[in-house]
Amino acid sequence: MNIAFTKHTLDNGLDVVLHEDHACPIVAVNVWYHVGSKNERFGRTGLAHLFEHLMFEGSEHCQRGFFQPLQGAGATLNGSTNADRTNYWEVVPTGALELALWMESDRMGYLLPALTPEKFNNQRDVVLNERRQNYENRPYGLAPMALLHALFPDDHPYHWTTIGEIEDVRAVQLEELRAFFRRYYHPANASLAIAGDIDTPHALDLAAQYFGELEAGDAVPPVRVSASLAGDTRILIEDRVELPRLYLAWLTPAMFAPGDADLDLATDLLANGKTSRLYRRLVFDERIATDVSASQNSREIAGYAQITATAAPGHSLAELERAILDEIAKLAAEGPTDAEMARGRVQAESQFVFRLQTVGGFGGKSDQLNAYNVFLDDPNYFDRDLLRYQAVTRESLQASAGYLDPRARVTLSIVPRDRAALAAPDSAPVHVT
Amino acid sequence: MTITRERLPEPGPTRLFTFPAIDKSALPNGLRVWTVRHPQVPLVALMLLVRRGAAWDPAGKEGLAAVTADMLDEGTGDRSAIDMHEAIARLGAQFDTDIGADGVVVSMTALSRFTRQALGLMSDVVVRPALREADFARVRQLRLHRLTQIRDIPTAVADRAFLKLLYGVHPYGHSPIGTEASLASMTVDDVRGFHRGAIEPSDATLVAVGDCDHGEIAGFAEEAFADWSGPPSGAALADGHLPQGARLNVVPRAAAPQSELRIGHVAVARNTPDYHTLLVANAVLGGQFVSRINLNLREHKGVTYGARTAFEFRRMPGPFSLHVSVQTSATAQAIEESIREIGDIRGPRPVTADELSLGIAGITRGYPRNFETADQIARASMQLALYDLPDDHYAQFVPKIERVTIDDVSAVMARHVDPARLTTLIVGDLDSIAADLPRLGLGEPVVVPHDSF
Repeated sequence: MNIAFTKHTLDNGLDVVLHEDHACPIVAVNVWYHVGSKNERFGRTGLAHLFEHLMFEGSEHCQRGFFQPLQGAGATLNGSTNADRTNYWEVVPTGALELALWMESDRMGYLLPALTPEKFNNQRDVVLNERRQNYENRPYGLAPMALLHALFPDDHPYHWTTIGEIEDVRAVQLEELRAFFRRYYHPANASLAIAGDIDTPHALDLAAQYFGELEAGDAVPPVRVSASLAGDTRILIEDRVELPRLYLAWLTPAMFAPGDADLDLATDLLANGKTSRLYRRLVFDERIATDVSASQNSREIAGYAQITATAAPGHSLAELERAILDEIAKLAAEGPTDAEMARGRVQAESQFVFRLQTVGGFGGKSDQLNAYNVFLDDPNYFDRDLLRYQAVTRESLQASAGYLDPRARVTLSIVPRDRAALAAPDSAPVHVT
Repeated sequence: MTITRERLPEPGPTRLFTFPAIDKSALPNGLRVWTVRHPQVPLVALMLLVRRGAAWDPAGKEGLAAVTADMLDEGTGDRSAIDMHEAIARLGAQFDTDIGADGVVVSMTALSRFTRQALGLMSDVVVRPALREADFARVRQLRLHRLTQIRDIPTAVADRAFLKLLYGVHPYGHSPIGTEASLASMTVDDVRGFHRGAIEPSDATLVAVGDCDHGEIAGFAEEAFADWSGPPSGAALADGHLPQGARLNVVPRAAAPQSELRIGHVAVARNTPDYHTLLVANAVLGGQFVSRINLNLREHKGVTYGARTAFEFRRMPGPFSLHVSVQTSATAQAIEESIREIGDIRGPRPVTADELSLGIAGITRGYPRNFETADQIARASMQLALYDLPDDHYAQFVPKIERVTIDDVSAVMARHVDPARLTTLIVGDLDSIAADLPRLGLGEPVVVPHDSF
């Protein structure tokens, strides 16, 4: 199992990764810029995400914006920003590959001449509305802000969310954005993947024509900051919610680092799906929670694991906390069962096969090739990535539970307004916007 | 080759796409077995459709179809709910139950080498669920907790309240989850009765798409589903009476930073001959990023993260509606602009030739990407079964869309959308916006209490 590809690096530093799949007459064009909210600094957050919006508003040779010509050609398109990278993609009919490359190269090379104060002001308002819709006006919506603030210190670039702090988004200046663009949005800090119904030499030629003329920028040095937790940070937020919810979070290994895959399986085994230990105990048997989930959120320079559970009416977050810590301790002491190991292995195999189904979009083959290329400088990692999961042993999974140390964690309670007593014991209120 | 940035390159030709053939057979009990070969990836997507959904909930037992669907995977015979999920997990399969107004779909996607086991589990789930009292109590309790929680989710509140405003006691007037009162009045016998009467094979369709062939799937299906029996389900539902409510309605949400809006009315059923024209009309009005309403409210005014309109095509007339969340200060303005845009497209400001060709191209040119995965093809096949569409529906789709004209768009929008009949719902901070509402000319806003939907 693999994603067959060829990779070329243009003189200006742009990586071009190509993959042929002729099953469907479509082509995925996918561009990653190795910039995310990790490249921002405290007090000046939200830039990478705001930029993602501006990238759709038109470039020098196509001022009317990105959507109209591409939708007219039958494309679907989108982009996203996270802490470590920004991605942009189109899926187009086979015959519109050149149009997609024209558009992507134009915004890589010629965005700034088209970036007007009007577009900037408009998209800043749109982003503030995105923030209201997805965080401020949503129950438990401020949890990510509170968790990241507590997990990472002010000067660590995972301290803030990708959407940014409100006051930072309001204060950002157009000149600042222009400088941000010049620094991060150029061929040497980008990777282009083209996957689908293509002839590789022809597609590479087109890519070289359209992107080859763009100026290389300066290499972006890697961000290196470390974080550690000294104790148990216990915080609470009163929110417009009906049921209290508990979040436990720990600092964990970074993406692809030793322990990352083990923790992925450990969190699945603990709290994902009806077969997981915490679902069985909290929701099925004891019925003290309405839901429970867990994840290992692996990022480029650090990871954090999180377990989330909502209390059933009449039950306290203290009860949930005790039960969760108890199950973690059991896993750390006894390790997984053989049945859990077998299940984890076949689920990993299935998940990887599922990932081969689409050429484009978020998580499609083009996106995966770019992920491996940007983070590991090696698109040829699909097999080895699966191998990481297949290599997990009972012992290594058991050892990974050690990262979920009760003495070094964040404990966040979100409770209904004026019901602070429902929070996990000894939690201090924090203010998050 | 030399490139130019003087103009955009014209898209070249793309080879024609044809929807794959569906092989069909049926079991003696009536279950239809449809398969499509799609061998790209060693997977199979299985879906089983029963055309009995939330619209069949008995009055006072709203939520029954959904509870029944939810309980299908709660074990069978002496196998517990957890055992059932262990069995699914051992295959590494993705399992899902989907409940809508018109039907229930049970789906499983698995590695092809597990096709036979997956079909076996699927038949256990659908045909032989244990439907135990204790599991019922737990499932109902979790659904009651969910109802409690969604009181604070503006989109969920808006969706539920809007259905009630539009449909009242009509079978489409409630969301599948039901209400606190209807769930409280339900018993496990109701669930067993619904399972016996509605989940039966004579009207059901099993679709399998992937690395598989028809004979093999039909054989496995025979093995798994041969003992499924049940009375043929009763006649289709009659169209119920629709209420004539207030034009402007508010569910108060104090200090909300945004107002969640719904604007629409009951419009048209899936079998309308105007289906294709309405898709084009909606694309221009609010169905795509470069639609009139999204460009107006997002790209020009910046008051929202996005606005969209849709016709929900169902077996009986479904709603036409606008969905948008806007900053509180722009509530009245967004309603005014939206209603104006909806009215304008019917004639005062008909779609332009550019808008029409963009709308048509957006739907047709990328059409093949809707059929890339086994899951997508299975879902598309399921649509044919759900709405009794002809086998050449997907082959005819693009030519029919391409024939739509400007006059067609004005005519169907005038026929199916009426600004005077639009119902508007705001979930937002009434105190902040009350002073702006009279200028809308929609009458006194009626406060909709939480326990009314």
